Amino acid sequence: MRNESAAVAVELQRINCTFASSDRKADPYPAVSELSLRVADGEFVSVVGPTGCGKSTLLNVTAGLLRPTSGTVRIFGQPLVGLNARAGYLFQADSLMPWRNAAGNVAVGLQYRGVARREAEARANDWLVRVGLAGRGHAYPHQLSGGMKKRVALAQTLILDPEIILMDEPFSALDVQTRLLMENELLDIWAANKKSVLFITHDLEEAISLSDRVVVLSAGPGTRCIGDFVIDIPRPRDVSEIRHELRFVELYKDIWHAMKAEVLKGYAQTKVRA
Amino acid sequence: MKNRHVVNLLRALLLVSVFLVWDSLVRFGWASKFFFGEPLLVLRQVVKWFTTGEIYPHLLTTLLETILAFSGGALFGLGIGLWLALNPTAAKLFDPYVKALSSMPRVILAPIFALWFGLGIWSKVALGITLVFFVVFFNVYQGVKEVSPVVLANARMLGANSRQLLRTVYLPSATSWVFSSLHTSVGMAFVGVVVGEYLGSARGVGYLILQAEGVFDINAVFAGILVLTVFALILDALVSLLEKSVYGWRASTAAVTTTEAT
Repeated sequence: MRNESAAVAVELQRINCTFASSDRKADPYPAVSELSLRVADGEFVSVVGPTGCGKSTLLNVTAGLLRPTSGTVRIFGQPLVGLNARAGYLFQADSLMPWRNAAGNVAVGLQYRGVARREAEARANDWLVRVGLAGRGHAYPHQLSGGMKKRVALAQTLILDPEIILMDEPFSALDVQTRLLMENELLDIWAANKKSVLFITHDLEEAISLSDRVVVLSAGPGTRCIGDFVIDIPRPRDVSEIRHELRFVELYKDIWHAMKAEVLKGYAQTKVRA
Repeated sequence: MKNRHVVNLLRALLLVSVFLVWDSLVRFGWASKFFFGEPLLVLRQVVKWFTTGEIYPHLLTTLLETILAFSGGALFGLGIGLWLALNPTAAKLFDPYVKALSSMPRVILAPIFALWFGLGIWSKVALGITLVFFVVFFNVYQGVKEVSPVVLANARMLGANSRQLLRTVYLPSATSWVFSSLHTSVGMAFVGVVVGEYLGSARGVGYLILQAEGVFDINAVFAGILVLTVFALILDALVSLLEKSVYGWRASTAAVTTTEAT
């Protein structure tokens, strides 16, 4: 029993998140209701859903940045208190410190942990090589392209060797080619040391090509899980090739079928709000 | 390149013609020599100050006061700006008083400082500090408030405790804003110091002007103003140099410039 719970990296049980409305007359907005989700140790799970369905809320709850209104979060069987120290978080928006160069940004987490500056920067440079940015350690974020910044952010998170990696549409701002390259690199790094990954995306193709499992969320308000699909495409995969395989197309059809109604619902709501 | 030379030449001509117009106005009696002085005598006074070396102790005093006023004001502004920006309760409490003090014409504090700190350099430094403080303070405050929430959340997820957050996130963001307001704050320090000297002192370029005015030596007053102007330009150029050497990452932030009451 104990062993079984230890093998679950992330367990969300009946999470509710309700946000007070900025308009006092309006009712509080239930972003997420009764949502449960599990990520096994070493598993790559993607969460897809229509825009504005509370995907990022889910990730912030897992990271400990946001306390759920009710429900429990367990990390490797332990109830989560405060920030999730066993997780690394790759944000959707620019998260690098603009006043530190690339090596300084990658090294900062180690320095927070008391590693001496020189050693931290040496290890940071090793990581920059691993993400394909050898020799760019002295460049400041404003001198790097969007893809390069994402690589730095990836190195910044992975250098701390987190057991769980949380990713919030990390590649959504990149062009298609860069994105495919980054996805392949992510898979390589993941395959090398099997972390548990919770990956948020609105791109179904990306979700299927990367994941062991794809979870589909309903449109808000009161987002729930409405589908859970095991992706049984063998690894190692090449994300640029996999899209033409028969099994991929089948899975895509199944998941899209489950999602379609919700996407239309979400779209209708955004139209009403606008 | 050629264009730049032409511009420079025209600029020099403009300066010369202003002096010529001034000179002819006074020479032909259209303006009183007593009130408007004579450009040639003004220049002669400047040359005399520098050749006899009479002006150097005064310039040195003014420079020293400016540097002290700037460093003091920047230090206080940084400390108190960080403190208030990170303590919303304290910020709320102090808000009306900060507003009152910043909108007050602070030059009027000069007599009080003269009483408290005497006629030496410290009363001038104090006046300069009150002017510099608010420029730096508002920029630090803004710098902390403008920190991207994503950068902040990222630093926390990477394991920063509150002291590390201050050192690696808030402080760099605040100092970048202070740097972008450097020209304004150094200028403020200079203004405070010279006004302080003018209101009562025993040394400094402001003191020279005060002395000349006392004996109705209008040429020396103009000479003092000329020296101060050139001095201010040199100071500004030095700040630009410093800026260039310190900016590793370019801050695209625009400085908050406070409305000045001098």
